Amino acid sequence: MAVKTKGQTFVFANPPHIVAHASIVGPEESKGPYSEYFDLHLDDAKYGEDSWEKGEERMAANAVDLSLDKASVTAADVDLMLGGDLLNQLITADFVARDLDTPFLGIYSACATLVEGLSLGAALMDGGFADCVVAFASSHYQTAERQYRTPLEYGVQYPPYKQFTVTAAGSYVLGWLGGDVWITHATMGKVIDLGVTDPNDLGSAMAPAAAEIILQNFKDLNRSPADYDLILTGDLGLTGKKVLTTLLEEKNIMAGDKLMDCGGEIFGGQEQYGSGGSGVGASAAFFGSVIIPRMKAGEFRRVLFVGTGALLSALTVKQKESIPAIAHAVVVEKIPGG
Amino acid sequence: MKNINKTTDEFKKIVQKEQPPVNKTANFFKAFLVGGTICLIGQVFQELYMAFFNYSQQDAGTMATITMIFLGGLLTGLDIYDEIGQFAGAGSLVPVTGFANAMVAPALEYKQEGFIIGIGANLFSIAGPVLAYGMVSAFIVGLLQTLFGG
Repeated sequence: MAVKTKGQTFVFANPPHIVAHASIVGPEESKGPYSEYFDLHLDDAKYGEDSWEKGEERMAANAVDLSLDKASVTAADVDLMLGGDLLNQLITADFVARDLDTPFLGIYSACATLVEGLSLGAALMDGGFADCVVAFASSHYQTAERQYRTPLEYGVQYPPYKQFTVTAAGSYVLGWLGGDVWITHATMGKVIDLGVTDPNDLGSAMAPAAAEIILQNFKDLNRSPADYDLILTGDLGLTGKKVLTTLLEEKNIMAGDKLMDCGGEIFGGQEQYGSGGSGVGASAAFFGSVIIPRMKAGEFRRVLFVGTGALLSALTVKQKESIPAIAHAVVVEKIPGG
Repeated sequence: MKNINKTTDEFKKIVQKEQPPVNKTANFFKAFLVGGTICLIGQVFQELYMAFFNYSQQDAGTMATITMIFLGGLLTGLDIYDEIGQFAGAGSLVPVTGFANAMVAPALEYKQEGFIIGIGANLFSIAGPVLAYGMVSAFIVGLLQTLFGG
């Protein structure tokens, strides 16, 4: 077994390739500045189904199917599928897997779920347990709002730093051949809670977990921001990104323009979306559809992709618990000569 | 040993510095403006009911309230009331239109789960506490009046 671990970081002896990726985004995301990058756009959040939950399920299922098509494989060729979402009991991912002839592990680390899936998938492949893995994740504005907050039409006033759940699904096919990028390392995060209790400010709750994993990755691999062309966080939003910048600067890490946040970018920073997007769909769709093509074009050669998750539930908020957060990271590089 | 080892108080200061501020003064005036406008519209309805339908002042007041509840529900269904709420805050939450919004919003939301376990079970999910404690306070006030009111 050629797998080595440094601190919290897996170093892959044979980096698995991201062979294909597919994304589907909802109506609001389709209005954003990155709209054209995504594969499919929904103009109806229910996707023609009779409930939002079924709409999300169909969105995630179609993203998986599309990624398999792009990779020219069938569900039966896939050794293992890793998927998750934000809904209780992972209903979206479970119900997607119901219709596929593929072994499935449901995974959850809130909005870090996609990066958790890529990390686990790459580790299982490098460890020799699989040759083809699918990692997918989805989030949905309406299904998440009704689970975590109040009914959509309820006229409550949100603060300017509130984030809006992104309606999107992304699916990644990992294999040994094809694609333009591969996963060279994965850093597994610890749960961090610095006492944020405001469920409208998940970005600030998650920023310490993001800082923690970035520092850990630098420590384990003896790297600095100079070693990365981009440090891409999942869904800290504009406020969380500022908090992260401050936390890193206090540790003398000047990431500057190399920091980008999927949630902060996806709506184009418009005021009506507060601090930006949140939800695992943001990173699941954005990284594959926006960043991988830019890596292929040579704009970024090595990216630290950090998934950030707020581990709250509607119940813990009501019980006045603070919001624990987690972040995981993968190092994705352009395949040399590829 | 974690890399980030701040106390919650130290971290709170960073968050407070980086969060965009909530402009409470502006919110106060917006709430006053919208809340006042809603009450003004209600008053106009009351005057109209008295002038054109010969209602007594009390009956016209009841009719105006019913009209405002209808409008609150209608604007909720048309996906407008939540936008007003984002602008006005308490200004649109406190008047009776806000109560209508609090009833219609869950009704719309839970229609997907059917009429009984969906709408029926969740209709009062937001307005329930107002009704419960409204009735409890009414009971206490009524009791006190009976005992000491003479």
